[in-house]
Amino acid sequence: MGHLVLAATVPDAVTFAIAAVITVTGALGVVLSRNPVHAALMLIMTLFGVAVLFVEEDAQFLAAVQVIVYAGAIVVLFLFVIMLLGVDRLESLAAEPMPAQRWVALGLGVLGLAEIVLLSRGKWPLGAHSVAGTVNGAGQQNVSVLGKALFTTYLLPFEITSALLVIAVIGAVVLARRPRTAGTAEIEDHAEAEDT
Amino acid sequence: MGDPLFAHGVGLAVLIIAIVKVVVVFAVLMVAVMLMIWMERKVISDMQNRIGPNRAGPFGLLQSLADGIKLFFKEDLLPDKADRVVFRLAPYLTLVPAFLIFTIVPIGGAVDIAHHAFDLQVADPPMGILFLLALSSVSVYGSMLAGWSSGSKYPLLGSVRASAQMISYEAAMGLAVAAVVLEDHTLSTRAIVAAQSASVLHWGVIQTGIVPFLIFWVAATAELNRPPFDLVEGEQELVGGFHTEYSSIRFALFYLAEFMNMITMSAIMVTLFFGGPDGPGFHFLPWVWPILWFVGKTFVFLYIYIWIRAALPRLRYDQLMDLGWKRLIPLALGWLLIIAAFRVDDVWGFAVFAGCLLAAAALGQSIRVGQRRRQIEAETTGEGRAARAAKQVQLRALAARSEEGGAR
Repeated sequence: MGHLVLAATVPDAVTFAIAAVITVTGALGVVLSRNPVHAALMLIMTLFGVAVLFVEEDAQFLAAVQVIVYAGAIVVLFLFVIMLLGVDRLESLAAEPMPAQRWVALGLGVLGLAEIVLLSRGKWPLGAHSVAGTVNGAGQQNVSVLGKALFTTYLLPFEITSALLVIAVIGAVVLARRPRTAGTAEIEDHAEAEDT
Repeated sequence: MGDPLFAHGVGLAVLIIAIVKVVVVFAVLMVAVMLMIWMERKVISDMQNRIGPNRAGPFGLLQSLADGIKLFFKEDLLPDKADRVVFRLAPYLTLVPAFLIFTIVPIGGAVDIAHHAFDLQVADPPMGILFLLALSSVSVYGSMLAGWSSGSKYPLLGSVRASAQMISYEAAMGLAVAAVVLEDHTLSTRAIVAAQSASVLHWGVIQTGIVPFLIFWVAATAELNRPPFDLVEGEQELVGGFHTEYSSIRFALFYLAEFMNMITMSAIMVTLFFGGPDGPGFHFLPWVWPILWFVGKTFVFLYIYIWIRAALPRLRYDQLMDLGWKRLIPLALGWLLIIAAFRVDDVWGFAVFAGCLLAAAALGQSIRVGQRRRQIEAETTGEGRAARAAKQVQLRALAARSEEGGAR
């Protein structure tokens, strides 16, 4: 990014440094924690670090949504699954289920990093080609700019995404709903479990 | 836009003012929590023909302080099966959001001290009220992790209930907030308050029609786990809910967080629906009146919380979920659509209103059909009380047999 003038003030730099440390620590914690619940907590820490970085970039709305959706809903679901399924025990990592996966992961990781470096050299990731204009517009708030873009230029993708989500919800309801034809289903289940 | 404090960059004086603001608000909130605990005990005992705390200090005012000191010096128990780190972390995870939400509440107008003009509000972020939604969704973690990390059954059940309840009511709360945002064209809390300051008729509660306020109120009460939504700590079923295993200072932190949340939510309701610090002012000490108005309005809500606790019985779990999902969320959604349509023009408004009425009728009918079907199923399969009891016995016998088999 040689053509960019780095005009960060001291508070900006300090905020960035703290948020970056939080993000990276959390990310490392997700990978290195043995306990799934601890890993989920570390993931929350990372999400918060990224949210602070969004605020730093004047993307206030993204920061709020990041916390509401990811930290407030998705990781809560993770935790629910972990707690209710009772997988919150330490797992032995000695037995590798897929022997090659570590090397593949390493290779893909390097590839991903290279891609990010390549992308960041062009101006595409900086939003220069974006249709929606800058994040804040002329004297406008981040939220109103984003809202206008979503409901005018990108209306079709937005609506399709929402339809997709509704389909997912209906699918989940259909799958989860068990027809209660006989009240004895539970007992039969239990008896089967006993037989096996 | 934003606090005039940061208009001329960030210097040492600005930093000091910002820090002082945080410290003052924190201290005031702490004292308010102490008084609130005292008031709750006093008012409840009045309503129940008791005397209440009357030993420590005049009228027992220092009772909460005494309790705090006692709890501080009690032995700190850590259950054997507890997850040590998370068990210690959980109380703070409930306390911190409670305080942070209060930082976006405008307490008064702007004041001028030593040539630095600043707002009487800790922070006025542009995302404003979204900050409330973000933090109230994060505050689920406190109770959830407290229950899980205790390594014990009743706390776990309590925490699962708590998180399910908080997640369910968050949606209704968000939709109620959206109605206010739609009316006032802004997310910033200070701008929301400013938009309501013209007259009483401009207050959010009237501008949005009273429904979003009622929805927000019910949802906030459920988020706070206050009666009648306190089945998270239903004593008969769950001992003490998610904080059963907590003692000494950690328990005190949960207690503190509960009351701080109550104060914060009351303040948020005043901000969103009742004009915040808006009210008639006088020339004598002009900056004091807004603060007094704000405190007075908040006090009314705090009193009502206590009153509700004394008056209403606890809901059953299925009633709680039905209220949240089948009534509050559809109502909030429909009301939001109607408000949005009336902003376009009156024809659209009435059209959408009629559409919402139709949808409400269809929803009510489908709920009724579902209930009826369940009833018929119960009758035809003989799933009455006696049949259920018989099934229970059968299940238990099966479980006992399989356990025996496992033991062998």
